[in-house]
Amino acid sequence: MIRYTLGRCGRACITIFLVLSIVFLLMRLMPVETYFQGRSDTMTDTLKENILRGLGLLDPWYVALPNFWKNLLLHGDLGESIVMRVGVPVTKVIWPKAVVSFQFGIISLAIQLVIGMPLGVLMARKKGGIIDKAGNLYVLLINSLPQAVYFLLIQLYLSTLLGLPMLFKSSVPSSRILPIICLSLGGIASNAMWMRRYMVDQLNMDYIRLARAKGMTSGQVAFRHIFRNALVPMVQSLPASLLFTISGSLYVESLFSINGMGGLLITSIQRQDNPLVQAMVLLYSVISVLGLLLGDLAMMLVDPRITFTKKGGSR
Amino acid sequence: MTDNKNQTPEKKETPFFRSYEDRKIMDLQEGFAATNQLADLQMARPETEPPTVCDDGETPLTDDLFQPAEYDAANAERIGYSNYSYWGSTLRVFLKSKVSVGILIFLVLILAFTFIQPYLPNQHDPYVVNNDELGATLRNQKPDSVFWFGTNALGQDLWSRIWQGTRTSLIIALCAAASSMMLGIVMGCAWGYARKFDWLFTEIYNLFDNIPYTILRMLLIYIMRPSIGTMILVMCLTGWLPMSKYIRNMILIYRDREFNLASRCLGTSSFQIIVKNILPQLVSVIMLQTALAIPNAIGSEVFLTYIGLGLPVNIPSLGNLVDEGRKVMLVEAQRYQLIFPLLMVSAITVSFYALGNAFADASDPRNHR
Repeated sequence: MIRYTLGRCGRACITIFLVLSIVFLLMRLMPVETYFQGRSDTMTDTLKENILRGLGLLDPWYVALPNFWKNLLLHGDLGESIVMRVGVPVTKVIWPKAVVSFQFGIISLAIQLVIGMPLGVLMARKKGGIIDKAGNLYVLLINSLPQAVYFLLIQLYLSTLLGLPMLFKSSVPSSRILPIICLSLGGIASNAMWMRRYMVDQLNMDYIRLARAKGMTSGQVAFRHIFRNALVPMVQSLPASLLFTISGSLYVESLFSINGMGGLLITSIQRQDNPLVQAMVLLYSVISVLGLLLGDLAMMLVDPRITFTKKGGSR
Repeated sequence: MTDNKNQTPEKKETPFFRSYEDRKIMDLQEGFAATNQLADLQMARPETEPPTVCDDGETPLTDDLFQPAEYDAANAERIGYSNYSYWGSTLRVFLKSKVSVGILIFLVLILAFTFIQPYLPNQHDPYVVNNDELGATLRNQKPDSVFWFGTNALGQDLWSRIWQGTRTSLIIALCAAASSMMLGIVMGCAWGYARKFDWLFTEIYNLFDNIPYTILRMLLIYIMRPSIGTMILVMCLTGWLPMSKYIRNMILIYRDREFNLASRCLGTSSFQIIVKNILPQLVSVIMLQTALAIPNAIGSEVFLTYIGLGLPVNIPSLGNLVDEGRKVMLVEAQRYQLIFPLLMVSAITVSFYALGNAFADASDPRNHR
């Protein structure tokens, strides 16, 4: 298992290396006018050239790319923000925003689990019943509608209906409710859907019939066997969703004007704050790779029958 | 990853689903695998040593006792007969559900109306700014008998703009869906069939899968400037991933089945095997993926417009209309400018999605009883 983990980490490093390099090269192709911050008419050509040289944009890519990696690997230096907050190390720009996003994310993750999983259990227990049908409709709607549709409707109508503020203000606690509802809707749907499906999968297994034949009540079977076994695959996505809480949601954060990571990503790309974008790409790819790895390991811990080291036997 | 032909690839290794589509695809894959296993069981014969002597027990069995049969076109086409028809059953199961038929009819009507709307009488031009008799611009006119959905802040007719926008967005969505499916199929076939380069394709897949795709899309749109072409390209660049993975898995399953083995022994080229033997079996999944890719593309267009990377504002598209409506949504009297585009977006995405799902359920062989 250790060998397998190390192997996966090695491959993950290669992937992250390639991802960062590609994004680095793409950033160099961005239109240069933005670097002059709208003053390109009044600047002389030498001034423009100096700005670009200062940013390292005049070096050919085969010089700039190794430089970038040398700084990152040898000095652990991701650079300083060049537009948003000039001269501040990017980690210091990202950190407070990540904290804000994390606060929202962790609450909404808890809500997703607390509401989503019982909903899935109910749907599976009364398969084909009214709860199941309503739940399936909800899952279908959430999955098919573009997020904009229900976020905008919530912001418009739920705010007047419940008398809640439309925008987030950190001094008003009740202004957190609507963004958290928005953040949770998708997660509730997917948790309920997976829980239902895994439970239905278990329902058809032979051992369930045996347990029923032994004389266990259907409630006992549902909790002791079906629910616990259905929980195993659910565990896998947990680390990833936990890690991704810090990345925030682009939509929710800008709709409710929350000062978090989602908004930071958009503005830093729009204003071409290259070191900041690099740092965020690094963060996101590490999160996604790490989330998958931790998820697999968590599954192995929960269910000893699962191995990823052996290739599965013959059918 | 696997040269072991009996192994159902990936299924055991990654029981992790990223999305609803993944789940649907996995369902179908399991359905096909289940029915194939059934076929395998029926086909199974006790294994015996090949005989070394003829039936009389003395003459040794050598190659020169055999001679090639003469080619007979009629005999070559002769096949066993079963009255099970895959597409027939799929259609039957699909038509059984009244809801899916209703959605299908609704969608066909909407699509037809989208394209004939400009030719109907009494339609306004979506670009013309409307004035009343005195020459004043009819801004923010509420819905009435002349302007069915009202007018926007510039005085343009919202009804015709919505249909024009639907046209634009549908064209983008259809092109994006079609091209990412094509790319996915080609990549998937190459991935599944070129055993030596399996690692290379896997790495390419991982690479694309790990670049946060919002960032990739934003960067590319900035570099290439927003336009319809850019938008299609950007959506296609991440859209091919699930398709290619699925096609690759299915090819690994089908590649060494008996009928393909027989086909290869008869000298069929790999290309022919892929196109004639394998791809027809995947049609249902390809259709499902295309149906689900369309609402995705429309949603992406709305999202990209929202973050300021959409089409130029003078081109009506669903994303632009929603965004225009969002800007005036705080004025209660003008909310219709947001509600109507939202309704249109919802109608199209939900019906495509529901239809794709209904079709997937119908094409799962396990439901054909």
